[in-house]
Amino acid sequence: MRRLINRRPGRGMAASLSMLPFILVVCAYLYYSHARLLENPGDKLLPAPTTIAATVHRFAFEEDERSGAYLFWTDTRASLQRLLVALSISALGGLCLGLAIGVLPYLRAAVAPFVAAVSLIPPLAILPILFIVVGLGEVAKVTLIVVGVAPIIVRDLAMRTAELPSEQIIKAQTLGASTWQLVIRVVLPQMWPRLIDALRLSLGSAWLFLIAAEAIASTEGLGYRIFLVRRYLAMDVILPYVAWITVLAFTMDWLLRMLRAKAFAWAAPQ
Amino acid sequence: MTMRRWNFSRRTGWRAGLAILVLTLGGVGPALAAAEKTSFNVAWTIYVGWMPWDYADQSGILKKWATKYGIKIKLTQVNDYIESMNQYTAGMFDACVMTNMDMLTIPAAGGVDSTALIVGDFSNGNDGVVLKGKGKKLEDIKGQKVNLVELSVSHYLLVRALAGANMRERDLKIVNTSDADVVAAFATPSSTAVVTWKPQLSAVLAMPDAQLVFDSSKIPGEIMDLMVVNTATLNANPKLGKALVGAWYETMSVMFKNDAAAKAAQAAMAKASGTDLAGYTSQLATTRLFATPADAYRFVTSESVVKTMDLVRQFSFDHGILGQGASSADVVGIQFPGGKTLGDTHNIKMRFDPTFTKMAMDGTL
Repeated sequence: MRRLINRRPGRGMAASLSMLPFILVVCAYLYYSHARLLENPGDKLLPAPTTIAATVHRFAFEEDERSGAYLFWTDTRASLQRLLVALSISALGGLCLGLAIGVLPYLRAAVAPFVAAVSLIPPLAILPILFIVVGLGEVAKVTLIVVGVAPIIVRDLAMRTAELPSEQIIKAQTLGASTWQLVIRVVLPQMWPRLIDALRLSLGSAWLFLIAAEAIASTEGLGYRIFLVRRYLAMDVILPYVAWITVLAFTMDWLLRMLRAKAFAWAAPQ
Repeated sequence: MTMRRWNFSRRTGWRAGLAILVLTLGGVGPALAAAEKTSFNVAWTIYVGWMPWDYADQSGILKKWATKYGIKIKLTQVNDYIESMNQYTAGMFDACVMTNMDMLTIPAAGGVDSTALIVGDFSNGNDGVVLKGKGKKLEDIKGQKVNLVELSVSHYLLVRALAGANMRERDLKIVNTSDADVVAAFATPSSTAVVTWKPQLSAVLAMPDAQLVFDSSKIPGEIMDLMVVNTATLNANPKLGKALVGAWYETMSVMFKNDAAAKAAQAAMAKASGTDLAGYTSQLATTRLFATPADAYRFVTSESVVKTMDLVRQFSFDHGILGQGASSADVVGIQFPGGKTLGDTHNIKMRFDPTFTKMAMDGTL
C-alpha cells in the first residue's frame, strides 16, 4: 500500500482537481443567489449572473451618461497607472538604497535602523501628515503605496546583499575592483532577480494600499468605484470589480515570474 | 524538491477553497421569513440624533419597555454606518438607524420592505457647505473641487444648494472623500471646498479660513434621521414597534426635562459619542430632535415629507443609485401617512408609519 504522501495526481487529474474549489464556490454562489432572489427579487447581496453581466456590459461597453466615459476602463487605467508608477519608484529606490545599505557599512550603521523603524509605521495611521506634505492628488496616492511598499523592498535587498558570499567580494577585490566596480559588476547583477522576488511579494500590499488610497479622496479608480457603490450595496458592481482586480494582480505576478525565468534563468529558484 | 513544494501548495489551496466554501455556506444563507418571535436585533451607529438609543440601552429604559411587552431587544453598535445598513438589508438586523435618503437607496431599493417607525429628528444646520476664504459666498464654489462623501446626504445637500443658486453639478468637480478624512483634507492647501456633517463640520469651521456658505437649516426637514424596521417583522411583531417607540419617547422626556438628570443623560450621550457636553450641546443645537410624540406626529403627517421624498428620489434616480434596471424614479413605491403614495403602488418598499407614534401621543402604549 503506497503512502498517501507518495500518491500524486496525473496532469489531467491535477488540472481538474485545481478547478474543483472554484466550481464549488460558483455553485454555492448560484444556489444561494437563487434562493435569496426567490424570496426577494430585489435582493442586492447576491445578484443573479444575468444582472452581473448586464452591469459589466453597462460599465465596460456603454458610455456613462454623466461623464461620457467608459467607467470600467477609466477606473482600470487610473488604478494601474498609480500602481505602476508607485511600484517603479519603490523598486528603483528600493534597489539603490538596499544595495547601498548592504554594501557600505557606514551607511548601514546610519540608515538601516531608521528604515527598519519606518517600515513598521502603518502608513494609514499617518494619513493627515501625508495630506499636509503631498496634498490630496495623485501624488498622495502614489506616496501612500511607496511608503507602504518601499521600506520592505529596501530591507529585503539590503539583507540579500549582505548574504552574498564574502569569498566573491574578496575575490573581486584581489582582482583590483573598486567599490563602484564591485557594486556594478558583482552585486547588482545578482540583485536583479532578488528585486523581482521582492516586488512579487509586495504586490499584495501594493494593491491593498492602492485601494485604501482611492477610498480617501479620488474621482476614479477601481478602489474608488468599490467604495462608492458600497454606499448602496451594489454587489453587481463590486463582485466583477473584485474578480477583475484578482485577474490583474495575478497577471502582474505571472508577468514578473516569466520575466525572472526568461531574463535570469541562471538564478532559477531551487 | 520542486514536487514537494507543489504538493504543499496544492494542499494549502484546497484548504483555502474549503474555507471559502464553508464561509459561503454558513454566512450567506437565505434570510429567515418573518414570523412571530421574542428576541430582536437592532443596529445603531454613533450620530448626535441616535445617541439617545445608546442611553436608552445603558440606562435600562429599553429593557424596561422590552420586558413590558415580553420581548428581548439587543442593541448593537456598528462602527461603520454604511455597513450597518448593508447588514440590515442582508437580514442580519430587524431594525437599524439611518437617514431617509439612505433608507430609500439601500434597503428599499434593495427590495427589503422597510418602515420608518420613528422620525427622531431632522438636520437643522448639522450638515454644511464650507469654502476657504472669509466672506466667500455659495456662488464662489463655481469651478472648484469639492471634497465630500459622494452619494451621501452631503452630496444631496450640495445639489440642493446649487439648485437654489442656479448652478449645476457640472459647474464644479466632486472629489469623493471619506468622512473620516474630510477634516484633514480641508487642512491642506489643495482642498478649497468641503461638504460634511457634524462633528467633522465643527472641526472644519474651527479652522481660521473657513466660511460656511450653506447649511441644512436652509432646507429644514429634508435630511431626517430615522429608526427603520423591517416591515414584515413589524407586522408580525407589533410589540417590537411599541417597545422601541415607548423607550424612545421616555428617553426624550428624560433628556429634555431641564433638570440635573437631563444634564447627566446628555453628558452620558456626549461621552459615548467621543465628545464633551459642550460639543454635544452644540450638535444638538443644529439638530431638530422631536422631544414629544405629538411633535414628531405633526411633522411626519405633514405634506412636506412627501415633497422631500419626491426631491430625494429624483436625486437618487439622477445619480443612478436606485439600482440597475431602474427606469424612472417611480420604481420604488413610497407610502405616507393617510394613504398617500409616490411611485409604483405595486412595489411599495418604503413606508412612513406614525401608528405607534400616535399611540405614544395618546398614552396608550
